[in-house]
Order: sequence, then structure tokens, then C-alpha cells
Amino acid sequence: METVKPTNSQSVIQATRKKKKLSSDHLMALVFLLPSFILIVIFVYGFIGWTGYVSLSNWNSLIPDFSFAGLKNYLYLFTDFRFQADLRNTLFFTILFIGLVILLGLSLAILLDQKIKGESIFRNLFFFPMALSFVVTGVVWQWLLNPSTGVNLFLKTFGIHPKWYTDTTILAGFKWGQIEFGLPVAMIAVGIAAVWQMTGFSLAMYIAGLRGIPDETREAARMDGATEFQIYWKIILPQLRPITVSVIIIMAHISLKIFDLIYSMTGPGANFVTDVPGVYMFETTFRGNYYANGAAIAIIMLLSVAIFMVPYLISSRKGEA
Amino acid sequence: MKKKLILSFLVVFSLILSACSSNSSSTGGKEESKGKLDIFSWWTGAGEEDGLKALIALFEEKYPDIPIENAAVAGGAGTNAKAVLASRMQGNDPPATFQVHGGSELNDSWVAADKMENLNELYKEEGWNDKFPKELIDLVSKDGNIYSVPVNIHRSNVLWYNKKIFDENGLKAPTTFTEFFYVADALKAKGITPLALGDKEPWTATHLFETILLGVLGPEDYKKIWTGDIALDDVKVMEAAEVFKKMLTYVNEDHSSRNWQDASQLVGNGEAAMNVMGDWAKGYFVNDLKLVVNEDFGYIPTPETAGDFMVITDTFGLPKGLKNGDDVKKFLGVLGSVEGQDAFNPLKGSIPARIDSDVSKYDQYGKDTIEDFKTANLTPSLAHGSAAPEGFVTKVNQAVNIFVTQGDVKQFIGSLKSAGSELK
Repeated sequence: METVKPTNSQSVIQATRKKKKLSSDHLMALVFLLPSFILIVIFVYGFIGWTGYVSLSNWNSLIPDFSFAGLKNYLYLFTDFRFQADLRNTLFFTILFIGLVILLGLSLAILLDQKIKGESIFRNLFFFPMALSFVVTGVVWQWLLNPSTGVNLFLKTFGIHPKWYTDTTILAGFKWGQIEFGLPVAMIAVGIAAVWQMTGFSLAMYIAGLRGIPDETREAARMDGATEFQIYWKIILPQLRPITVSVIIIMAHISLKIFDLIYSMTGPGANFVTDVPGVYMFETTFRGNYYANGAAIAIIMLLSVAIFMVPYLISSRKGEA
Repeated sequence: MKKKLILSFLVVFSLILSACSSNSSSTGGKEESKGKLDIFSWWTGAGEEDGLKALIALFEEKYPDIPIENAAVAGGAGTNAKAVLASRMQGNDPPATFQVHGGSELNDSWVAADKMENLNELYKEEGWNDKFPKELIDLVSKDGNIYSVPVNIHRSNVLWYNKKIFDENGLKAPTTFTEFFYVADALKAKGITPLALGDKEPWTATHLFETILLGVLGPEDYKKIWTGDIALDDVKVMEAAEVFKKMLTYVNEDHSSRNWQDASQLVGNGEAAMNVMGDWAKGYFVNDLKLVVNEDFGYIPTPETAGDFMVITDTFGLPKGLKNGDDVKKFLGVLGSVEGQDAFNPLKGSIPARIDSDVSKYDQYGKDTIEDFKTANLTPSLAHGSAAPEGFVTKVNQAVNIFVTQGDVKQFIGSLKSAGSELK
């Protein structure tokens, strides 16, 4: 709703009339927005501020203690074995998860885009896992990937029995701080479950993107003698870039904040190979009563998501203006 | 199409409604409960819920005009309940009375925060001072004042074993660590997993470790760790860590994917020979796996803890700032009576905290344990929050979780020591 720039007297009158009408609309809108605005300011931003405040305090027992602790809680976390392991796990989980979700989603979308029969059935099939809650996914995959039952009963006939999420090996590990830095094998099992659930989402996004590319573009490319591969690689994929950006943003905030899937599937895991900041935050706050430490973890999680979200929000605002 | 849309909206709407109504029934009760006794616990499991209901029924029979409500919060060995309790206590909206383990979980938190009334008078009126063992009363007291009433006793240092496996292999349940490793080697040679562990939740490994600590140090020194008189990097603690490390080489490979029930199940169905768990495992063996005591499975104190009783006691106290404190005391009176304890414990599968209860109401395991309880040295459990503050326990659980995989005794002792700053 751009404001109208008056050019002559007549339009000035029109504009003021319009403005009056607008401002009463405006007022109504404000009135309706106000309650949710106030609630969000208090219960979202207010409590983010409160969490930040707690994270700088000494409140690490059942008895509240708001004396100022500076960055003590943060410093503690970054020297803590468990938190270092969490950062490592989150990093590899995020890479694995986003990479596979994009790759699988895109490949499936391209396959479904070949105008095959029963396309909607396939699309729905792939999309359905999205409807489950992460807790359900976690429990199901916990059973499926249990080393002594699940798919291992089948794999046993081929003489292999992976330990899945109970595996404590760190691939390509080297000593870093307190922990061994490398790809935790157990995280792959968790990644499989998460990818299984979220691939349908990126599939749907990509299909929508593919549908948005006019057939004429392809026709024109074909007329110019481009092969199918060239059409996808040089014409279609570049046009899907905004979709990929959206998928990355959405998946990143899921993976950085993941809690329910891991909590129901593996818990922190032996040697914390499947622990993530969300699980640590929950346990240290509500089991250990380290409220300030828990708040510090929450703030670190918020900042890590902000690294992805803020540039996105800024660029999308620029696009609007 | 439109019909479908409306229908789906209706479905969603009714789902939301049902979600709300189930919510409001649990929170709505709180509004009207100012005069009501809301009994706060995490007893929602099979036997324990029945026990609690029997207790409440007994109270209603005695005091029909006092409204009482079961305000149990389900889930995770009390984790959820404790979180809810913490927010209610901090918000000055305490329940009438709540379940809390005797020892540190009571004394270093709510008593230290000055949120509990002392119950010295009630104990005097009811004549309880010589009806509970002195060591147990000490566990619910701070600076000479008593703060809660124990309702039951669980023993945590119990070794459960599959009787058939032991009989078939001509083995005897081990009473010392040497015997334990002898038996374990013999079983391993036969291809049987000697020790079942399910440490998906790390407290089970801590539980195993505390029984080893008790075995190696003995009751007196074990207690001294928690008062700070014996350092956490003492030679004996290190020795216990070495025993722990060696024991871990005999556990099932998939231990980190199992919880304690799954581990007990391994023993129950003969895939593993032994398991260290508190005596709530008996309820699981008997009620869930339909096994027979002393026929399918046997029990013995964990190695070198024969005269010791690692005690876990659920207790109830009186929070400060309640209007109906006298009613709460009446409930505590029922809770602490022989009648109340004998109504609750046979169903819950624990033994009474009083020494003068009716033994005939308990099964063979209960009878044996009641006998042991009278004479044994009582020691507080670390894994279950009686020995040390929860902050310390959380850190020990983390150290144990790392130790189970890495087996680095020096590092383990180091983390224990740095966690020890929580012990004041």
C-alpha cells in the first residue's frame, strides 16, 4: 500500500479523502494487531530478554540467585566436554541433514516432474512423513535402527551389523579441545530419520518451483538444441535458487533447534555422540537445576539460528522495498 | 470439495478442543484446590498408582469431609514432576504435599530454601521417633529438625540374576568382586552376556557405580564422600572406578540403546545372567515378565554390600505458606501410620519405612528386605538424589556417560572432583 503522491489540486482532495479512509482502516488494523503485538512483545521478546538476563546470573540451583555473573556460564559451556560435543554433533547433523534433504528432494522432484502416471500418489507418499511428529519418527526409527532388532535382523543375513546410533566411533577424528572432532557415526542414524521425515517438504517446494518455470522456456531451449541434461543444469536449476535458499533456511532452523527427534530416539547417547544443545539445555535446566547454564545454551542456540535468519530477513526486506 | 473442507476443519477443531479439555482438567483442578489437598507425586505407573489410590482411599475413609485430589504428574522417573514442582514452589503456589526423596533432594533444596515447615511436633504427637530407624530420620532431617515423613523404602544395591543360567552352569551368585569376575568369566566363556546394562538414560550406569563405591569403601567411608570428609580423588574412589571399568567389559554391546526395563528383560529371558538395579525391578520381573521369585530369578546384595542397605525413600513434607496445613498434617499422619504404610507398600512393591508394620502382607522378597532393613547400615543413594544435590548428580551422570565409553579413570576422577565443588 504505497501512499499516493498528489500531482494536482483535484488529486490532492482525492488523496486526503483517501488518506482519511486509509487512516481509519489503519486504526482498525492497529486495534486488531495490538493484542497479538503486545503478547508477542511480552511473551516472545520479553522472555528472550529475560533468558539473556538469567544467562548472565548465578542462578544455578533451585534457589534463584540473580547476582551478576558476567560471561561465566558461557565460558563454562565452551570448555565443557558435553557442550563441545553438542556443537560438533549439531554441525555435522546440519550439514548431513540439509545436504541430503536438498539432494533427495530435488532428485525426486525432477523425477516426478517427468509427467509420469500416478504422480500425485507418489507426491503424497513422499509427503506423508511430514505429517508425523518428530517424536513418533524418533520412536519408530529407534526401533528400526536398534542394533539387536530392527533392520539389523535383515542385514544380518548379509553378514553386516552396523551399530547405528549406539556406535561411538568418530570418523576422521582428531583431538580438539576436550573432544574428538570428526563425524560421529551415530549421528548418521539420526540423520536418516530426520531426512526421511523432511524430504517430502523440500520435494513439495521443488515441485512448486518446477511448475513455476514456464514450458516455453524449455521448448525454446529444446529448439536451440539443448540436451535434457543441459536444460536442467543450465536453465532450470539456476531458476530454482530461491527455492533452495528457502529450503536451507527452514531446514537450518529445524536442525539447529532439534530436540524431540533426538530425545525420543537416542537421548544424549553414549559419550554424548548424539547429544545436541536442545537436549543438554533441557537436562541441565530441569534435571540439574542449572538455570543460568541452561539459559546460556538457549541464547547460544538463538544466536546460531540468527546467523541463518538475519541475512535472509535483511535480503527479503530489500527485495520488498 | 467444500464439504470436505468443512469436515476437515471440524476434525481439527474437535482435536484442538479435546487437547484443551485434557489440559484444563489437569490445570483447572489447581484453581479450586485451595481448600483441597492436592497430593503431588510422579506415581502414575502400574503398581505405584494403585498404592497411592489405596492411600487416598484410606484417608477419605478417615476424613470424609476433607477433599483430596491425586495431582500426580506422569513421566520419566519424576523428571517432569520435579520441573512442575520447581515452578510451583518458586511461584509460591506449593501443592499441599509432594513426593520427594529423603536426603539431599529434600534437605539441600526445599529445606535449604526455607520452603518447608519442620515436623518435629507431628513426630512427637504420633510417637514416630522410635518407629522409624534413626538413620532414616536423619535422612529427612536438617540441623536436628525433621522435615518429611517417609512412606516407603526401596533398596538400590540389589543384584538380580537368572536362576536357570546359574543352576545350569553350576555357579553361585557372587558376593564379592572376585567372585563376580570369576562368575562373569565363566559365563562369558559360555557365550552368555554376564551383566545386563541399559544406560540410554545414564543414571543406570551411575546406579551401578554407586553400588561399587559402597562395596569398595564400605558404608562409613561411602557416607564420608558426601560430607566431604573423603575426597573424590581418594585412592579408594579410584579403586572403585577401576572395578567399574572392569565390570563394563562384561556388559551387553547394545547397552546405550536400552533403558533399565530392557536390561532387566535380558536377564528375565536368559540372554544375560545378572543385572544391578533397585528393587523396583522385582515388580517388573513379577508383574510384566510374569516370572517367579526364587525360581526364575534370584536376588542378592551387590558384591561386598551384604550388611548395607542403599536406601531410596519417598517422603512427603509440609510446604510453608499453606492455608490448610492442619489438613496436610492429617494426611501425613495417615501416611506415616502402620495402616497407611501397609496399604501403600504391598501394591507399590516397596517395603514400609516403619519397623513395626505387618510383615505378613508382603511377598518373600519383601519379607527378606524388611528383615535386612532392620539390621543393615543405611546409606543414601547417589543416583537417586539422596546423597548429593541434583546439580552434582547431573554432572556425575555426564562424567559416567563419558567414562562408560572412554574408560579413562584419570579423566573420570578429574571430572568427579571438579563436580565436587557442588558438595558443600
